[in-house]
This record gives sequence, C-alpha cells and structure tokens, in this order.
Amino acid sequence: MGGLVRTDSPEIYAVVGRVATEPLDSTRPVLARGEDADSEEDVIRDNPQLARLLTARFEVYIAGHVENGVIRQYLPPRPPRVHSFVYACSPEEVSLFTARLDLLRLLLNSGAPHADEIVGACIRQAASSHEQPDDFRAHACRTLAVELAGDVARLSSLLRRISP
Amino acid sequence: MTQSPESNGHDAKEFGDHRIETGQGQPIGMVIEGSVANGVEVRLDSGVSVEQIKVGTFVTIQGTGNRFFGVVTDVGLRSTDPRLKYTPIPVDDPFVIDSLQGTVAFGTVSVLPQLTMPEVLGEGEGPAAAKSIPSHFSRTFTASQRDVETVFGSESDGNFWIGSPLDMETKLCLDLGELVKRSMGVFGKSGTGKTFLTRLLLAGIIQNGEASSLIFDMHSEYGWQGQDTDRGVAVKGLKQLFGAKVSTFTLDEEHSRRRGVSTDETVQLGFNYIEPEDIELLLESLNLSDVAASAAYNLSEKYGQEGWLKEFLAAGRGGSLLELAEELQVNAGALRALYNRMGRFTRHGFMVEHSRTDTAARIIEHLERGQHVVLEFGRYGDDEAAYILVSNLLTRRIHRKYVEAKESSMGGAGKEPRPLVIVIEEAHKFLSPSVASQTIFGIIARELRKYNVTLMVIDQRPSGIDSEVLSQVGTRLSCLLDNERDIDAVLSGTPGSRALRSVLARLESKQQALVFGHALPLPVVVRIREYGPKFYETVGRGEDSEEERKRKVEELFGG
Repeated sequence: MGGLVRTDSPEIYAVVGRVATEPLDSTRPVLARGEDADSEEDVIRDNPQLARLLTARFEVYIAGHVENGVIRQYLPPRPPRVHSFVYACSPEEVSLFTARLDLLRLLLNSGAPHADEIVGACIRQAASSHEQPDDFRAHACRTLAVELAGDVARLSSLLRRISP
Repeated sequence: MTQSPESNGHDAKEFGDHRIETGQGQPIGMVIEGSVANGVEVRLDSGVSVEQIKVGTFVTIQGTGNRFFGVVTDVGLRSTDPRLKYTPIPVDDPFVIDSLQGTVAFGTVSVLPQLTMPEVLGEGEGPAAAKSIPSHFSRTFTASQRDVETVFGSESDGNFWIGSPLDMETKLCLDLGELVKRSMGVFGKSGTGKTFLTRLLLAGIIQNGEASSLIFDMHSEYGWQGQDTDRGVAVKGLKQLFGAKVSTFTLDEEHSRRRGVSTDETVQLGFNYIEPEDIELLLESLNLSDVAASAAYNLSEKYGQEGWLKEFLAAGRGGSLLELAEELQVNAGALRALYNRMGRFTRHGFMVEHSRTDTAARIIEHLERGQHVVLEFGRYGDDEAAYILVSNLLTRRIHRKYVEAKESSMGGAGKEPRPLVIVIEEAHKFLSPSVASQTIFGIIARELRKYNVTLMVIDQRPSGIDSEVLSQVGTRLSCLLDNERDIDAVLSGTPGSRALRSVLARLESKQQALVFGHALPLPVVVRIREYGPKFYETVGRGEDSEEERKRKVEELFGG
C-alpha cells in the first residue's frame, strides 16, 4: 500500500490504496484450511488448487498523469484503458513524480475510507526514493499542514505516522 | 496554496543574500489583513520567529504601487484552527512541531504603516504620510539603514545624529532646524537621562548654529562640566566643548570659584528690574497670599515701576508699614508678609539695590552675536524662588527685545532676530495651570515661533504643566515615565497615542527615549547616543557649520 504505479500510453500515475487476496468466485468464500499441517508451506502443497482459485487484487487512486511530457498532478481526462499494463515505478520515477506534492490533496480528498493511511504510506515509501529523505519528509509535512490547516487533530495523527 | 511555504523559504534565502544591494531589509512575512485605522496584520514567514520581532521595530512593506514604512505595534500568535489550543500535540516530537510551526501555528505582527516612500529618491520627492494600506500578500521587510535614512534624514544632510532605533545600528537623525522652530519638551523620571539628552541636543543646536540658546542651568550641569552620577565621573559641559561659542554667566561667583570653574560674567539683579508680575509668580514658592501679591501692584503704582521694591523695603525698615497699608488700602498683615518674604529674598547675594550692568542686555548682546549663554545658579539653584524669579525676569526682558526686533524687521527696518531656544528645568513650576497664563514662559509657549523664541522644557512631572501649553510643545522627547497621569500628559494630542502608551511604559530606564512630534515624520524609540569622548571628538573640532559660516560672513560685512 502507498506504492506508486503507472500505466503506459496514456501515462497515468496512481497510488495503491487497497491490496487483497480474494477468491475468483465471490460466491465461494475462502475457508480456513490446514488444521493438521505443520507449516504454511504444507498447506499450499496439500491444496494445489488454491493458487488457481485465489487471486491478488489491488485498488489504486489516480494521482496524476503525463500530458505532453509534463507531469500533471490532477485527474486525467480519460481513465486508463482496460487491460493496460500496470508497472511499479522505479525509484527515479517516484522521485521525479513526487517533486511536487499536489497529489496529497487528491489522495486526502479521494473518498477512500482510510485516506490518511494511504497518504502516510505513500510519503514514507516515496521518501526512500529521494536523495534527501528528511528534506522530502519535512516538505511533505508542511504541505500536509497547509492542506489540513483546519483540522489539527487529523493533521497531528497523520504527522506522527510520517515522523521518522 | 501548497506552494506558499516553499516559495517563502526561497524568497527568504534569495533576499537574505542580496540584502545590501537591494536596500531592502530582511523579509519577514506578508500582509494578510488590515485597515487604515488599525494598521495591517503581517503573517510571519515560517523561518521567522516571533521572538525576533520587537515592538517598535521599523519595517517596510512593498505594495504593488508603493513602498510603505511603518512601525511594529504588536506581535501575536495565531493558528488556522481554533481547536489547536484544545488539541494535544506531541510537543516532544520536533518533527511534528517543525511541521506545524509557520503553517498551522504562526506568528503575526501588527504594523502601522505611517509613510509611503517614493520608489525613486530625489526629484524633491520625500516620504509622505500614508493614506492607504498595502494590498494583500505584500511582502514585508525589516527596515534597512537606507530606509531609515530616507525617512529621518542622514547625518550628511546636516541633520544631527541623536542615537539609533531599537535593534539597529543605523544612525537616527533629527532635523535641528525643524526642532528649534517649535517648542520642545524633554520628559522623564528622575535619573532616566534627561540631562544627558538635553546636553546632547544643546550640543547639536550649538554645532548646527541655526539658533542661539539660553540655558537656565539650575544645577550647574551644562556650563563647564557635569557629573555622570551613575559612574561617578565628570563629563564635559558645553563650554569645554565649544569654547568661545558658549558664554557662562553665574549668579553665584563664589560657588563657581569653589568648583574651580571660570565664568564669563557674574549676574547681579537690581531691585529696579523686579516687577509686580514676578511676585505673582512667586506666590506658591514664597507662600504668599493673593492679597499680598496684589499689594505689589498697588506699591508699584505708588512708587513707580523702577523704585517700588526699594522704597517699599525702606519703608518697612523705617517702621511705617501700617501707614503704608492704610494709604494703599490693603490688609496690613498681607503687606507685612510681603515685606518679610521680600526682605529675606533680597538678601540673596545676587540681589543689589541698583545694578550698574543690565544683565538682560548683556545676555542679549551675547545671543545676538550668535553665542549661547549658560546661566549657572550655583547654590541658588536649590532655591526655587530664586530660580523662578531670575529666569522669569530675564526671559521677559529678552522676549520683549525679540518682539521689538521682530516687529521692526517686519516693518523693513533691521534684520530678523536670530532664533532663540530658552531652556528651563523643572518646567512645571513656571507652566503649572495656575501660573502659566501669567508667566512669560506660558506666553512664549503659546505664541510659538512668531517671534523666533521657543522653549525647551525639561521636566519630570509633565502632568504638572498646563495642558494648553503642553499642546504647543512641538517635539517631545520622553524618557521612561511610569506615572499614568504623566504618560497621559506627554501623549496628549498625539495620534495613535494608545499604541505609544505601551511603548513609553516599556522603555528602558537609561538611554532610551520615545521621540515624536513636529521634527520627526513618525514617533520613534531612540537608543540615545553615548555622551562621552567619542561624542566630544565629533563636535569638538570647533568647525563652524555651513550656516554658521555664512552668518558670520554676513555679520562681518554687513550682508
């Protein structure tokens, strides 16, 4: 969670907001298995069908896109196409994209039930991609302080998540 | 919106480096609200701590079309969220505190824009009174040396360096020409440096040479040398600094000799110069009744202006007071009281039945020559009655002379009399509401500069001075005052006095003064310059100022 991903053509950036392992068929809930197994590996080995029945899905919140070679931190005019390939961003891409932090506002207002968690995770992860992680963190916190100027309690709890 | 903290920080760095070239001071914040009546509110940049900004500091605000010059009147702490004060904040986490400071919690300063400054100096354009306020988001800077010079004038323009503004090393200058055009007042509790400030101003006036001065030196502090009571050392007086430009007169030759001080002349006052009005002035200090004072008028009617006191005292000695009382139809007791008091008073060494030299005329002569006169009272300085009588008597005659000279110059005969500054200490004794209407000082203060004579009043109880007189005091220099009524009196009739009040009560007890009024474009707290060897050097060169030289040439060649 909080990682930055992107699609190709059109180039759209997004932050991972929810990751889940689910059954492919939603009418068949996952049951607990392996009462007698010694380790988790044993469970997988004894139930080889699991890998076919379960899948990992993640939801992302769009944080910006590239328009004529310029990074725009607002929503793109069109969503990415279905079946677009999604790539995890390299540290260089992360540091380039997070040079500006307008995406924080986008994330805070995304309507995600745990938006603060996403923002905190995003800043923590992005910081490690920057050459000066502390400077980036301080800059991000000041940006947050401006965004959440009217809600000190929320801001303070968010800052504590980011605080090294 | 998200940009502002970053860009502010950037500006700060940039301006910090180019401070000297741009002539701006350090940036401190930007305007967020305000009004002409209450001044503007400036939000401090995140890098600037409220602790760095002091009340009374000068700032400039760069508006879109104008540059404003103002003074900080208040410093405050604000937050964007009113709930901040109820929300527990992890104060031990510097990271969180750093993030909140300057964004959610920030400092503000209230600035009263006083002047607008022209973008380009010169071309006869100077600072003008501000009639508007800078627009939103205007950048605010601390005032630089150049700003202060633009507003107050620089030493090189012939102004007198009196001290520095708070927290600045800039020389703050006074326009002495303007200063002497109106009466001025030096106020402050005892021991706050009134005497030093006065000595400094007088040195400035003498050096400047635009006006003459007559100093009634109650405690013999100005003439040859004075005492720094805190450090227990002697400081140079005006005579030592300026030599021939200053003449010292004394009432008490013996006292001067004892102190090893040479004086130019000894003052003797003849009875013939004392007028009934003088007696009226002395009512309080001699503890006389109104009846006794009015008896003096009767006496002068009977014996004539010249000889009334002499004749009266002679009659008293001859034991014919009762007959005299009957003849004048005044209360015998009152007449006796007057006789007793005058008898005691005339035993002072400087009183003579008939003086050969006319002291007032001698003083005027000196003043007309462009000299400055210090009248030392010696041991009579502690005698209130003597001080009041002598200064009033001399001043009345000098004033009369000036009125004549001025009137004849208006009629085209003769030249304008040289401006004169008369310095009086313990001014409330001359200018209290009960006597201000009668004494010559009250008249001078009210008539203002019409006759080129102005007053410099020095007092520790300004509340004792008639409010009408006080309102005519153009420039006021006030050291620390703590009595409510005194503060009220000093600030009476000054715009923005509410803000100045807090400044005045927070002055340091030494070497600081609030200066405001006619000679300055805006009120300012001054750290008074040191009166010591360094100062002697700057004034002691004995060089004449430009005006002084011109005047001397004119005098010599009758220009």
